[in-house]
Amino acid sequence: MSKPQNAPGDVRSKGLVDYLNDENVRAVLYQVVAIGLIVLAGWYLVSNTLYNLEQQNISTGYGFLDLEASFEISETMIDYSAQSDYATALMVGLLNTVKVSLLGIILCTIIGTIFGVARLSSNWIVRKLATVYVETFRNIPVLLQLFFWYALIPSAFPHPRDALEPLPGVLLTSRGMYLPVPEPDNAYTLMTIAAVIACVVIYFVRKWAKKRQDATGQPFPMLLAGIGIFVGLVLAAYLAGGAPTDMSMPALKGFNIQGGYNISPEFMAVLIGLTVYTSTYVAEVVRSGIQAVPNGQWEAADSLGIRRSIALRKVILPQSMRVAIPPLTNQYLNLTKNSSLAVAVGYPDLVSVSNTTMNQTGQAIEAISIFMSIYLGLSLLTSLFMNWFNKKMALVER
Amino acid sequence: MKIQTILAAGAMTVAAVAAQNAQAGAVLDGIKAKGFVQCGVNTGLPGFSAANAEGKWEGIDVDVCRAAAAAVFGDANAVQYTPLTAAQRFTALQSGEIDILSRNTTATTTRDAKLGLTFVGINYYDGQGFLIPKALGVSSATELDGATVCVEPGTTTELNLADYFRAKGMSFEPVVIENINEATAAFFSGRCDVYTTDASGLASIRTQMAENPADYVILPEIISKEPLGPVVAQGDEQWSDVVRWAFAAMVEAEEYGVTMENVDDMKANSTNPGIQRLLGVSPGMGEALGLDEAWAYNIVKQVGNYGESYEKNVTAKLGLERGLNALWTDGGLQYAWPVR
Repeated sequence: MSKPQNAPGDVRSKGLVDYLNDENVRAVLYQVVAIGLIVLAGWYLVSNTLYNLEQQNISTGYGFLDLEASFEISETMIDYSAQSDYATALMVGLLNTVKVSLLGIILCTIIGTIFGVARLSSNWIVRKLATVYVETFRNIPVLLQLFFWYALIPSAFPHPRDALEPLPGVLLTSRGMYLPVPEPDNAYTLMTIAAVIACVVIYFVRKWAKKRQDATGQPFPMLLAGIGIFVGLVLAAYLAGGAPTDMSMPALKGFNIQGGYNISPEFMAVLIGLTVYTSTYVAEVVRSGIQAVPNGQWEAADSLGIRRSIALRKVILPQSMRVAIPPLTNQYLNLTKNSSLAVAVGYPDLVSVSNTTMNQTGQAIEAISIFMSIYLGLSLLTSLFMNWFNKKMALVER
Repeated sequence: MKIQTILAAGAMTVAAVAAQNAQAGAVLDGIKAKGFVQCGVNTGLPGFSAANAEGKWEGIDVDVCRAAAAAVFGDANAVQYTPLTAAQRFTALQSGEIDILSRNTTATTTRDAKLGLTFVGINYYDGQGFLIPKALGVSSATELDGATVCVEPGTTTELNLADYFRAKGMSFEPVVIENINEATAAFFSGRCDVYTTDASGLASIRTQMAENPADYVILPEIISKEPLGPVVAQGDEQWSDVVRWAFAAMVEAEEYGVTMENVDDMKANSTNPGIQRLLGVSPGMGEALGLDEAWAYNIVKQVGNYGESYEKNVTAKLGLERGLNALWTDGGLQYAWPVR
């Protein structure tokens, strides 16, 4: 303060006080202080935790990931046995989480859209039924719904010895559903490649069809053509691969049904529970999206002589998507995060495997830090994808 | 300048708080200050720890906590219970949420050395077995190839199971459910062929939870050693001593024939120097542990000796004889370190 003022115009030799009074300097300073405090708080938490752990003689670090897990996991999508290490066990858990979340997202979107549209139906019964469905399943905590499905499935079906066989080769038991699957063969690799090629071909045909419609107004039966291309190519690959017919049929052998593909009651309970619960929210999102489209759009479509079902598909739903996508993203994130409740009914998801790992190694903080970062990563990926999709669907301002 | 001062002051405060947080010897002081022992028990395993019809916790594991409370406060009821699943138990103890974990927990190297825990005694010598419906017609664990097995996660049982099947070259499908009630429900509904845990736990599930116990058998194979006992966190040696000797006093009382009923008489009339030392007639033991001289008297008077606790909880409820848990003088493994 006592420092004499510098000559006007000499910016560089301003005093400290003037310097601190500069708006730009202050803005930077505040941010530096804020970041500093956050770093300090983080440093405090980490160092304090490490100190306390050391005081209590609890070992720390991620070295345990290389140790042998020595526990079995019932459902694995990759090679895993009790001799594998903890890192592999966690990978198995992650893949199981991704599997149930991805299927859940697809199914809840389909079911939710159907119920969302049904809630606006002009048919009284359909409308009311949809309302009952939404209000019932939306208002019961999802954990209780998981317990409900898990209690229902094993007790609703018989012991493997008296398995129900609604279709040849399909068995329903208290240990889940068994489906016949083809024995591994080179033809199936070929078919997968064909399926990918078919998707690429369909993409270009669609592009061409759209261009043609824009130019001439002539519609192209894209759905039929798409199915045709896909089935045709895959079938051709199957035949080219020697048309293998060997199937792995599920059959009772010893204690259990062996062979085929098993969909466990745990998986079913989690998938059904999450799908049903989230689909009610999706239904509401879809309904609000449709209602957000001005009535004039319906009337305009009407006056052009477009049938109501086509108007819904081609005029209303595409516009409602713009309103619906951001809240839909939320629901997808919720479903992924809710899948962590699977641990309650014994589905070996990421949390279940992490819990076991945590307990067998005693590395609670490490195990929790791993699955928290993985969930964060999964959610961010979902967000990124949905944001990209949102941008793509957004109204292009002209 | 100012900012630096603030930062420095902040850092100093942080360092001071950090240093305060971990203080050795704090557990017993904390227990005395709050007036009760926080005891981690099983969510429901009759005979070991389960709430009875009146909502009171009882069982052989519960009695260890009651003995510790009797030793510290002269009141065996100065205990609060935290029911824990197998997967929650060690974190609860490490974080200080509970003072003592008495939840049919197997003592192992990893747990003792790596998790910062101290096993203070073995109140039940056990081994892992298999429970199976009679209708399956299985008479030996070696016939279990391909079976579906229900097991609690985060237990030594889960690891022994994998080891056993691997060693025998057999396969199995695990169904892993954390809550013991959900897990047993899954077993009784037929989701699994076999339920595996410690043999005492199987007896408990069979006699207390099965609709018709006669429909289930426990297979003869015992595939592991499971020394079960109370655990405390490392860092307060005084507290671990209290729990260790509270349990030892129960066994020692049985060795001397001191029971809940005759303890007053023994205290007044016994001329056996060992009994006089145990019951505080000749002082010294209480002082050594930092407790009242009547610590062991209070335990026996309010909780009973080890044999009484076993009889009341395990034999009466589960129908299990003493077996390995008989006193060493009767050919068992229970052998108390001398209170002197």
